Amino acid sequence: MSKLLKNRELLLVGAILVLIALIAWRFPPFVAPANLARVYNDTSILIILALGQMAVILTRCIDLSMAANLALSGMVAAMLNAAFPGLPIPVIILSAMALGAVLGMVNGALVWKLNIPPIVVTLGTLTIYRGLIFLLTNGKWINAHQMSDAFKSFPRADLAGIPVLSWLSVVMVAAMFLVMTRTPLGRAFFAVGGNPHAAVYTGIDVGRTRFFAYCLSGTLAGLSGYLWVSRYAVAYVDIAAGFELDIIAACVIGGISIAGGIGSVPGAVLGALFLGVIKNALPVINISPFAQMAISGMVIIIAVAVNARAERRKGRVILKKAEAV
Amino acid sequence: MAETHLSPRNIPDRLEGRGVRLLKSWESLLLVVACLIFLGNSLASPYFLDPWNLSDATFNFTEKAMIAFAMALVIISGEIDLSVASIIALASTAMGYAVQLGFDTPALVIVGLSVGLICGVVNGLLITGLGLPSIVVTIGTMSLFRGLSFIILGDQAFTGYPDSFAWFGQGYVWWVFSFEFTLFVVLAVIYGVVLHKTNFGRAVYAIGNNQTAALFSGIRVNRVKFTLFLLTGLMAGLASICLTSRLGSTRPSIALGWELEVVTMVVLGGVSILGGSGTIPGVVLAALIMGMVTFGFGLLNVPGIVMSIFIGLLLISVIALPILWRRARRRLAH
Repeated sequence: MSKLLKNRELLLVGAILVLIALIAWRFPPFVAPANLARVYNDTSILIILALGQMAVILTRCIDLSMAANLALSGMVAAMLNAAFPGLPIPVIILSAMALGAVLGMVNGALVWKLNIPPIVVTLGTLTIYRGLIFLLTNGKWINAHQMSDAFKSFPRADLAGIPVLSWLSVVMVAAMFLVMTRTPLGRAFFAVGGNPHAAVYTGIDVGRTRFFAYCLSGTLAGLSGYLWVSRYAVAYVDIAAGFELDIIAACVIGGISIAGGIGSVPGAVLGALFLGVIKNALPVINISPFAQMAISGMVIIIAVAVNARAERRKGRVILKKAEAV
Repeated sequence: MAETHLSPRNIPDRLEGRGVRLLKSWESLLLVVACLIFLGNSLASPYFLDPWNLSDATFNFTEKAMIAFAMALVIISGEIDLSVASIIALASTAMGYAVQLGFDTPALVIVGLSVGLICGVVNGLLITGLGLPSIVVTIGTMSLFRGLSFIILGDQAFTGYPDSFAWFGQGYVWWVFSFEFTLFVVLAVIYGVVLHKTNFGRAVYAIGNNQTAALFSGIRVNRVKFTLFLLTGLMAGLASICLTSRLGSTRPSIALGWELEVVTMVVLGGVSILGGSGTIPGVVLAALIMGMVTFGFGLLNVPGIVMSIFIGLLLISVIALPILWRRARRRLAH
């Protein structure tokens, strides 16, 4: 069983290596270590978001509002910074994460307490959160000159030769790996997605577990909101518009089953990296950046078709189906 | 326990009559809401009741409603199609490309419809042929179809549609009744009959309620689903013709975010997102309500993004309120 999972991730590693080799053949400087580090840094935010989405998808839900949550939290972080330039950066990060968590809780509560299908809830909150940014700002932008230097330089700051942004994503990946493999909550995510009915009988509150998954995805979206805004030094209504699809694509490519219960942290990370490599490679091998959307679409479809094949031989089954007994 | 168990003592003497059921139905609630909004709008703005203004207002929903009819069938059958807005973009781009090649109006219509149809076939094949979940497939094709128009168009726009092509989006059949509105009415009747009066319609409900049981009762589940995705693609192609003709130009961002509004329209119309129930009259009323609300907001100079907040709230509350209402009633009963 675990051999199969490893195969899946090895397959992705292989695919990424082949991809990099193909790009290197057309454009050798791409494989310079400094450039690969840059590609990882560029993909860091997607990795963090994919980790949150993974938790939600594992519980048989979906979070389409992550990008809108990111934009709203990022905008609030930027407004805080513009209004109180003296505010320390950790406070801003924590408030962005707290706001993100609250927005995630709204999703989670609607799914948990009212039993509304997750896709409807997050489709609705997606537009509501984006609309709120407009109400908050009247459509105005917050530009680089309104942000303090500390605010902008934090994700770029150099730590042992690698930017803080990259380190943050590494820390998040490690933390999520521990949560998913070493805590009751992580197991509950798998159990709820694998077999909700059996999960109830083992004493797991399905609704509450989903609620926690949404809190997690919201918090990570809030963190990414600050990172996004400070990295690109601009905040407006439409930042990261449509990015929710990239996040889901990263998960699907990473072998996380949309039917719930199957997936892993390394899978999500590799899925995000796969997209990140494509995105960074298109300009250097002279393919129009406009092609990226179509390529993501193709990759999602291929990945889901491959997943469906793999899922016939199930992945990490914690609670068996009744028929098997 | 708040559950009422159906013991012999709890079985009512008689079931509710047809009239009572109709009065209590979601559709009659929608009708009341529609009338209230109509009244509110005509009080809020003196320009609302003008027949030509009302006719203009119909353009807010006719194109979306065309897709919503087919989408209603897809959702009743327990699936979903999120790629409709991208199909509009791709069909519109194809028509713009055909104009550059010197095609005339009839050819453009054929191009638009067949691109929609082909997109529907792609969705249908992936979902029924490979047995993949429709939500992921259509998220993928949503990205793929619009991505193709981005590849073709980049940051450019196609214009220069022939004058005769403008009729589909701007023409009038009789007095204030536009071609689009007439098409909306005709399609509403056709879809109403198909869903409520034919074997095919029964099959759609059966699949939505219990796919396995439907299969064992001799319904060709995959064939029905394939037809539904094909129909949705065709309707998106039709909507694309109307929208392109009305705007007179094509950008790759055309109809961005429409899938949300179409799904909202269907759910507001009382179609269960879990499949198995819903009616076409409900969807028609929901289309009228959404059209009137957007038009009313427009007359009051409310910006578009604020309307989208409203639509998001509407989508969630429309589903949440009946649940809360049922809970409150159950609590009162005990």
